Amino acid sequence: MSDALRELYQEVIVDHGKRPRNFRRIEAPSHTAQGFNPLCGDQLRLELKLVDGVIEDIAFQGEGCAISQASASLLTLAVKGMRQEQALELFARVHMLLTEGPNSQLPAEALGKLAVLAGVWEFPLRVKCASLAWHTLRSALAGDPAPVSTE
Amino acid sequence: MSERESSLQPLVQRFEPYQVERLRQAFPILAQRIYGKPLVYLDSAATSQKPQAVIDAMSRFFLEENANVHRGVHYLSLRATEAYEQTRAKVQRFLNAAHAEEIVFVRGTTEAVNLVAQTYGKVHVHAGDEVLISAMEHHSNIVPWQMLCEQSGARLRVAPIDDAGELQLDELERLIGPRTKLLAISHVSNVLGTVNPIQSIVELAHAQGAPVLVDGAQAAPHLQLDVRALGCDFYALSGHKMYGPTGIGALYGRRELLEAMPPYQGGGDMILSVSFDKTLYNKPPYRFEAGTPNMVGAIGLGAAIDFLGGLDADALAAHEQAVLAYAQEALATVPGLRLIGTARDKIGVLSFVLDGIHPHDIGTILDREGIAIRTGHHCAQPLMQRYGLAATARASLGCYSNEQDIDALLAGLAKVQEVFR
Repeated sequence: MSDALRELYQEVIVDHGKRPRNFRRIEAPSHTAQGFNPLCGDQLRLELKLVDGVIEDIAFQGEGCAISQASASLLTLAVKGMRQEQALELFARVHMLLTEGPNSQLPAEALGKLAVLAGVWEFPLRVKCASLAWHTLRSALAGDPAPVSTE
Repeated sequence: MSERESSLQPLVQRFEPYQVERLRQAFPILAQRIYGKPLVYLDSAATSQKPQAVIDAMSRFFLEENANVHRGVHYLSLRATEAYEQTRAKVQRFLNAAHAEEIVFVRGTTEAVNLVAQTYGKVHVHAGDEVLISAMEHHSNIVPWQMLCEQSGARLRVAPIDDAGELQLDELERLIGPRTKLLAISHVSNVLGTVNPIQSIVELAHAQGAPVLVDGAQAAPHLQLDVRALGCDFYALSGHKMYGPTGIGALYGRRELLEAMPPYQGGGDMILSVSFDKTLYNKPPYRFEAGTPNMVGAIGLGAAIDFLGGLDADALAAHEQAVLAYAQEALATVPGLRLIGTARDKIGVLSFVLDGIHPHDIGTILDREGIAIRTGHHCAQPLMQRYGLAATARASLGCYSNEQDIDALLAGLAKVQEVFR
């Protein structure tokens, strides 16, 4: 297997893709958003409970490839307990990691567990899969009623 | 035969008996390596690769013949017009249509369907009427009819298919009635590979006075076509699916129908005379070809038809069926793999899903092995819903596909399963 492939399908990605965490509904969420990737038919619904500006609970349901499921799963673990502003800042950093790749300003390690997403950068066609959940999070926090589309 | 036409002949190679290895050499792109591995191209249903003869014919048109058609009195314009109209005659013979004027050049199958919906449909389909399609249609044979129904107040009906991916003819028959103003159906499904029994469908529709449009995009590169034997009223095809270029296709329409249809788009070439008070429209097919056409595309389509004509049609069909059978047997050995589309009469389209592995992940891993397949909904979301799937992986065959391609696919799928073990 090529190094790039091994980098993309790291154990953590495959594991979260198979067994996504926080794959459930939330009772009475304060914010929800839906994301679609029209190219491949991926879709997910993100729900969260924001209390005093803090993400107290977050969960998702949906259908998609290992990359999109793992990214959503890792997202829920990363932002749970964060303040809204922190989560948006993390969105910006993950977005940069996915579209520009790790660099000196943004070493992959700075993103902790999310560093496993660094491999996606080498697969331009898969960036949308990984970023879908993050765009959906931003939309949910903004209270945007329109579904997110990666197109 | 003119001197110019005979100068085309050396480009038409004959491949008899069917020698797939020699045939592959006619497709320069197949010699490529992808990520250092030999290209295994299994995405011909999305677009076919182009033989050297098509590439040469197109560059020669630009090098030696380019001028606008149907306009100038100068030498090059006449020569370009001749070449363009010769292609129309080639499409006519390819489809066994009765007249060259029954062939309208379009951008592709999608435009052909839209053209019929917005001309024939606009005149004949009204509130309370019905347009009938099938559950296996490509979006291009769904959305234009939805748009027409929205405009006219007509209703779109859908004939169901069974689990194997075969049209349920009894249900189709039940759905055809006096309100049916048009039946639109694919000859071959781009997802399932199913070959629909067009002749029987046409008989059922005609018995109720409904004309039939056949989407032949997937059939044209694989089947021997005869619109008069099929009995259909419209037949649409795309150049790029049949070893020709993109941006060119053809619509066959029965002469009486085309003659009674209003224009599609307005512009140059589709008129007899224009004044600010009144414009007189040209006769078919020119009435439907507004603007400077895709001339070099038409030349490429003509070369593609010559290329297909140079193959022994029976040998080609036998070869493609043999590779399909080999592929079906091979894929049946892959644990957790389920084929979607197992019609008795089908061509080389192999849609499948793997237990617990999303088609996109399959596609990415195969790609790194140099294997090109299509993954996703294949522009047939209602069909995906019929099977309760969001996506499938699809390997599709062309005239150049061989057993080594299938062996590579099988080895690639083993790698996919290794990643997700």
